[in-house]
Amino acid sequence: MTTGLWEHWVLPGIWITIQLTLYSAALAAVVAFAVGAARTHRSKAVRFLAGFYTEIFRGTSALVLMFWMFFVLPPLAGWQLVPMWAAVLALGLSYGAYGAEIVRGALNAVSPAQREAGVALSFTPWQRMRLILLPQAVPEMIPPFSNLLIELLKGTALVSLLGIGDVSFAAYLVRLATQDSAQIYTISLVIYFVLAFLLTRGMRALERKAKAGIGQKSEPVFKGLSLRRPAGRARELEPMTRGGGASMNAGTGGAS
Amino acid sequence: MNWDWSAVADFLPKFWDGVLTTLQALVLGSLISFTLGLVWAIAFRAPTRFIRWPVGLITEFIRNTPLLVQLFFLYFVLPEWGIQFSALTTGVIAIGLHYSTYTAQVYRAGIDAVPAGQWEAATALSLPARRTWFAVILPQAFRRVVPALGNYVVAMLKDTPLLMSIGVLELLQQARLEGAATFQYTEPLTVVGIAFIVIAYPASLLLRSLERRLVR
Repeated sequence: MTTGLWEHWVLPGIWITIQLTLYSAALAAVVAFAVGAARTHRSKAVRFLAGFYTEIFRGTSALVLMFWMFFVLPPLAGWQLVPMWAAVLALGLSYGAYGAEIVRGALNAVSPAQREAGVALSFTPWQRMRLILLPQAVPEMIPPFSNLLIELLKGTALVSLLGIGDVSFAAYLVRLATQDSAQIYTISLVIYFVLAFLLTRGMRALERKAKAGIGQKSEPVFKGLSLRRPAGRARELEPMTRGGGASMNAGTGGAS
Repeated sequence: MNWDWSAVADFLPKFWDGVLTTLQALVLGSLISFTLGLVWAIAFRAPTRFIRWPVGLITEFIRNTPLLVQLFFLYFVLPEWGIQFSALTTGVIAIGLHYSTYTAQVYRAGIDAVPAGQWEAATALSLPARRTWFAVILPQAFRRVVPALGNYVVAMLKDTPLLMSIGVLELLQQARLEGAATFQYTEPLTVVGIAFIVIAYPASLLLRSLERRLVR
């Protein structure tokens, strides 16, 4: 592979992949917290709507959703999104639905006595959420969020099918130019792996910080190769990042 | 733009072809991932680290890199090495291989959940390794892993549209070709999107009830 290909396609590709991951993760986080919290709301209607949202967006394939946003939304809505933002929207909305399940599980795993104490002190629901529930629930969310973030990073590869110049797209072009598939595809797989590795270490550092905030210990940031969280029985038998259904109430409970 | 039912009717024959291909890829991919995942899971418990380490590294690598890139890798690189497969076969292998690294973790968790006393009893009876695995450990582990494996089948279903990228005529590719031929993308793509929800949602409900019955 020549330096020209490297500089013009692969490096910008890496940057676009990183951008896509960060923007979609930000959108997914907003969606996850909003929808996840709505699923613990008092009103049945709000809970139903939030549940409807998660089932729809977890039910359909991210790639189909992306195509839908590309081809169906523009004539339907009368306006067209820049490809990059259509991709961010599709990824953020669908991975946000998975994240909402994590948020809901972690909120439900906070001991009911904590919520009751908030009621006894006549906190408003918003104060209870902000001052009591979230500080305890957030550290529990980080390990499953870390797994979901890797799924999201892997999901960004889909945008290459819509012609956005990420790492996978760059790999495709370099393959056409050099006629050597093994080299460029090996390189791009390694690039994704390194990105995933860095993301997990970042999330682990975040977890340390969050756990220290409520006086819990956590494992060191750089230890072992493993990217996923240690496969505790409760966690692996109830995969919450993918798949259709299993409720994960018990999953986040006594973890780490 | 208005919804055009006649476009839906025109798309239906291709739609059913697509459903058939999608389900074909799903079933074969699931079978590969279930068997290969079991192989990985048993290798995780191999007595020597010269097996444990490479297997751990390989599965970790496959699990944390995108299926789409792996798909292209298999589709473009294998022929260079002189191995020719059809697009569907390549896709099935890629999905099976990718998800085997997930099912391996499920099996591992299921195996870890078998009480240590069962291993010790097998040793006390001096059962050979093969009988220990197939007559003692795995039958007890399977009960616990079925719902989790089912979840990955649903996940695989949602990843089958990726096969479109190497030209497999599954649901999404059928919709896209129909859209390209008639300039009406709205109806085929919407029908396909709804089809995924219609298949995935009852499946997840089924798994939830299965989980309640088997795990507790």
